[in-house]
Amino acid sequence: MIRFDAVTFRYSEASTPVLDNASLSIPEGELCLVVGATGSGKSTVLRLVNGLAPHFTGGHLTGTVTVDGLDTRTHPPRDLAGTVGVVGQDPLAGFVTERVEDELAYSMEQLGVPAPTMRQRVEEVIDLLGLHRLRHRALTTLSAGEQQRVAIGSALTAGPRVLVLDEPTSALDPHAAEEVLAALLRLVHDLGVTVLLAEHRLERVIQYADSVLRLDTEGALEYGTPAVVLASSPIAPPIVELGRLDGWEPLPLSIRDARRVAGPLRERLRSAQSSVPSGAVAPAAGSIALTARGLRVRYGRMTAIDGLDLDLRAGELTALMGRNGSGKSSLLWALQGTGTRSDGTVRVVGRHGMAGGSSAEHGSGLPGGPGAVVGSDPASGVDPATLAPDAAIRHIVLVPHAPADLLYLESVGAECREADRAAGALPGTASATLERLWPGVPEAAHPRDLSEGQRLALVLALQLAGAPGVVLLDEPTRGLDYEAKRRLGALLAEVTASGGAVLLSSHDVEFVAGTADRVVVLSDGEIITDGPVSDVLTASPGFAPQVARILRPLPFLTVDGVRRAIAGTL
Amino acid sequence: MPSADPVTTPRLDQSVEERPAGRGSPHPVSWWIWAIGIAVATTRSPGIVSTVILLAALVAVVWLCHEHSAFSRAFPAYLALATAVVIVRVVFYVLVGIKTGGDVLVPLPRIPLPDWAGGIALLGPVTASGLLAAASAGLALAALLVCFGSAVALTNPQRTLRSLPASLHLLGTSAVIAMTLAPQLVESWQRVRRAQALRGRSLRGRRAVAATTLPVLEDALERSIALAASMDSRGYARVHKGSSRTVLALMLGALVGAALGTYALLDGSGPRWLAFPLLAAGATAAITGSIIASRRIATTTYRPDTWGARESLIAGCGVAVAVLAVAVPAILPPPLRGAAADVGGWSLTFIVCGALAIVPALVAVRR
Repeated sequence: MIRFDAVTFRYSEASTPVLDNASLSIPEGELCLVVGATGSGKSTVLRLVNGLAPHFTGGHLTGTVTVDGLDTRTHPPRDLAGTVGVVGQDPLAGFVTERVEDELAYSMEQLGVPAPTMRQRVEEVIDLLGLHRLRHRALTTLSAGEQQRVAIGSALTAGPRVLVLDEPTSALDPHAAEEVLAALLRLVHDLGVTVLLAEHRLERVIQYADSVLRLDTEGALEYGTPAVVLASSPIAPPIVELGRLDGWEPLPLSIRDARRVAGPLRERLRSAQSSVPSGAVAPAAGSIALTARGLRVRYGRMTAIDGLDLDLRAGELTALMGRNGSGKSSLLWALQGTGTRSDGTVRVVGRHGMAGGSSAEHGSGLPGGPGAVVGSDPASGVDPATLAPDAAIRHIVLVPHAPADLLYLESVGAECREADRAAGALPGTASATLERLWPGVPEAAHPRDLSEGQRLALVLALQLAGAPGVVLLDEPTRGLDYEAKRRLGALLAEVTASGGAVLLSSHDVEFVAGTADRVVVLSDGEIITDGPVSDVLTASPGFAPQVARILRPLPFLTVDGVRRAIAGTL
Repeated sequence: MPSADPVTTPRLDQSVEERPAGRGSPHPVSWWIWAIGIAVATTRSPGIVSTVILLAALVAVVWLCHEHSAFSRAFPAYLALATAVVIVRVVFYVLVGIKTGGDVLVPLPRIPLPDWAGGIALLGPVTASGLLAAASAGLALAALLVCFGSAVALTNPQRTLRSLPASLHLLGTSAVIAMTLAPQLVESWQRVRRAQALRGRSLRGRRAVAATTLPVLEDALERSIALAASMDSRGYARVHKGSSRTVLALMLGALVGAALGTYALLDGSGPRWLAFPLLAAGATAAITGSIIASRRIATTTYRPDTWGARESLIAGCGVAVAVLAVAVPAILPPPLRGAAADVGGWSLTFIVCGALAIVPALVAVRR
């Protein structure tokens, strides 16, 4: 269905090719997963398939790419519209019309499909993807998962033989992601559509894949069955790492298969557990760094946060989870003080037990919180909303979900100096932090030219310049590959080790399992669960990481945890 | 970025979302014909009262039949604008208008300006007839504005663009995208402003503008590239084979014909005999050009709007109002034209016109 024949592709300004003499052939009706580190060219491969590269992006192509017998060299993307359907990372950016039904019909209108056929196909796709409740809705009012399903639907109505998706679940919570993947699976099984899917979070999709296409940064690629390709891949989901650790052969890719071969491992771990008290060492509860009581956030008639109490402790990393639209971002912004806060109190306690510098600007007493207060008295804290911006960043900082919004200067060095000035820190503080977080980011580089991971590290370094006691992060793992996530985890550990309190919102179960001490699950603006990470993540099947699912009922969350337990017994 | 936006900006189209997309509401073109008909009639109005009758009919129909959309909520803005036009016209009359004889209402002094001002004088005695004439002239312009506003309020412009002939399809798509661009820019501007407050330094003046403009523009650029890529991969402009010179010439000809013809028709002092041939020639050129251009494009329309008896009635009312207002004064002998000389502008014809204009409300009332 898709053939690459000695394909070499290079962007005009780049010195190294994205693909170097690559040949492969993907048969019809296959779900092929495209994996690779950030910058390895996953998106480029997807664009080559429908001709956007090089027709739209520019660049130099040698060799031939054929899709369903059509050469992309002679067929620009618009001519391939009936053959290849494309779904981008941000579905909202690709919508042309205003309403779901019109969007579904758009491709067909362009292709000149007769009206009766159009109505029939729209109905079919609505049934296939369960969109009947949404058909008259405006596209901007849909949730992220619904938007993604509509985007898939509108690519599907044109009747393509190939569907190309670039990280379709990156913005989705685990349940919404599963809905989207289930829809894709139906297409593969029922309609025989060939699906080419790029994804960072392999743990979500690996079990559905028929084949894997792995890209190196050097332009080489490897194509084969998932078990074969992943056995040697540096990029691997936890299930594969666990399999490698215990020497499972062949590698299981679904939880079901893994559980069946994991019996002996479970036995060993159980005995290891009884001899050595393993698992995560309960973190020493530090003093309270932030306390919120009766927090309420309303936008007009809509209530985003409904009377919420929350304490953050120094040295603790708390993960905020919950489905899309459960109020995670609203909570972070309200705690930081910039966002809307309709009711309730927020107090940030200064880092070293001091009541946050000048304590003159607050005088109101705090209604005694219900929870037991450890350490310094939270009533002595300061409300971040009353602080001037330059004072606030020495107490509490927030990294928003689009970190690039914070950057406005010409170079990394200038941004760092500006951050030092704003926070009143010693010159060189921010750039030193950056060097530690992500070595080798050039001072002269323009912030917009950095990779996602580097940019996040830069923003974090800037925000940490004032040595704030509380660090809030909104979805920091979006679009990061495994390596970047590992670095992010390490630097957050550094923040907590130096006595900072971290609260981050995330959909990434595996990342939370590996880094967080405590998990707070939010639903409709209320806290549903609040507890240590090992309790919360093993209790709910939706939020459980792969290792916990495989080793249930043993309380292991990560491959590292298992590795430590095994090492302890030897 | 759709998932985690804590700024719940009030969505313009929130109340539309559960409603079937204009199913049951009349074809947008019928409302445009109706509004244009009334606009033609207002230009022939003999005075204030007649214009007000037509305005009342417009407001009543909009109030009864409007769709729930951002555009219908903008109708009060059109009314406010119209009122402002009348007020400005009257104020200008009092300030610099040429004062003729008549019953003096307010005896203001006349202040002559120096010669370079071209003989204009400030103030001067305000007369009842002058005031009425000024208000009437202002009202005529205001009425045109309200006609346009009514058409916009009664139809969703996007639906109207969908009913355009295929030759204008590409234009229509661009217009739709342009309409969604403004709210997007506002949204990303708000987002960036909020984010930059997190840096701990409130920027002011030129630096603040530069700091926000850059990310917002970058955002807009990225969005438009993503949209262009999406449209390209979805077959946009696939069967369009470029424009041809014939079509261009015909369209230009049509435009000139329409402009001259309309001028001749509406301006009572112009050469009337020219009007209809010019309009007809313009229309023919437009239709021919459109047909030629449409043949080159093979797009289809999903759920095209249908034209039924109701649409014919609505459009017919508009045409009838226009024909009555233009033809009756021309045909009837002066004594029977109603009290045309009356400054108030009473006219039996326009009472009939007003009644006709409100008829569509009977068939198109929203449920």
